[in-house]
Amino acid sequence: MLRSKAIEAIYPELEDKLVITIMGACAQELYDLGHKENFFYLQHAMGLASSIGLGVALNLPHKKVVVLDGDGSVLMNLGTLTTLARYRPNNLTHIIFDNGSLLSTGGFTSHTTSGITDLAAIAKGAGVPNVAKATTPMEFIEAVADAFEGNELSVIVAKVEAVGPDHFGMDFKLPENAFRFERYIREYVTG
Amino acid sequence: MTVSLDNSKAVYQGIKDAGIKFITALPETWLVYLLQLADEDPEMCLIEVAKEEEAVGIAAGAYFAGEPNILLMQNHGFLAAINGIVSLAMLYRVPLCMLIAHRGHMGEPYPWHTQGGIVTEPVLRALNIPFDYARDPQKVGKQIREAHTYSLSSLSPVALMLSRDLMED
Repeated sequence: MLRSKAIEAIYPELEDKLVITIMGACAQELYDLGHKENFFYLQHAMGLASSIGLGVALNLPHKKVVVLDGDGSVLMNLGTLTTLARYRPNNLTHIIFDNGSLLSTGGFTSHTTSGITDLAAIAKGAGVPNVAKATTPMEFIEAVADAFEGNELSVIVAKVEAVGPDHFGMDFKLPENAFRFERYIREYVTG
Repeated sequence: MTVSLDNSKAVYQGIKDAGIKFITALPETWLVYLLQLADEDPEMCLIEVAKEEEAVGIAAGAYFAGEPNILLMQNHGFLAAINGIVSLAMLYRVPLCMLIAHRGHMGEPYPWHTQGGIVTEPVLRALNIPFDYARDPQKVGKQIREAHTYSLSSLSPVALMLSRDLMED
């Protein structure tokens, strides 16, 4: 499965949700489908996208929040799965694209390569109520639909190929993305 | 030494008076009463993290959601959270109001706190994070309000150091 195709498949569903992505390929692939003001791209601070998602979800319980994460970022902050599980906001879907690779920083293999480390099992062990694994586009679409329709914290681990875009760049500065994301919430969610 | 319950109450009242209803924290001895007060307060949402860098992300999320909030941590937790402070809060101009227990400085009997105590202020200066020391229970409430206000206006991390004078009896 290609991450870009997986993101494309759920892109229409993201329009009414607050979306936080990790850096690099994942952010670029979402951006290339068309930026929306409800998207925040964390282009550094690896591991904290899910923490941001938790902070947003706990404070906006009536709004669905989606985090697009990666194996490398999650491995830098495994504790986040335990914190998510402890406070388990039922409006948060945490999607982990597992390409077994630190793709954006040279393609080095990560601990999840060849199935050595099972992030879904870790999420389950952390106490996340709904954990799903997806290796095909159909499984992925079904898992995401279940998570969006369901009413509990979900972690979806999607196995994807270690390929990314051939270009990087966005038409705004990083703080501008934060300002616009905060403004979007103020005007359209809490306002 | 014992942790001061009266002064912990003064700090907590300062947090309340600043309009804070969301605290992200990692427990530490000097913060024990503060966290108990937060935990028992039905108006307060207390989120305890596994490691302090997470708290930076959660605080940023709370800010995006429009919720006035603070972080409560020990100075070693601040040291553990630096990449998040630099590469999320500073990079994206997200306010962070950090109340930091300043362990390991003058009067510290425990060796394990000392190196962190020695380097905390120089690290704050190196990061250009505005900071102040809270020593007087009569003044700490005003200091908390001012630190929170300043984090929002400067879109920057701001640190208020909870000192031994304040936190111990």
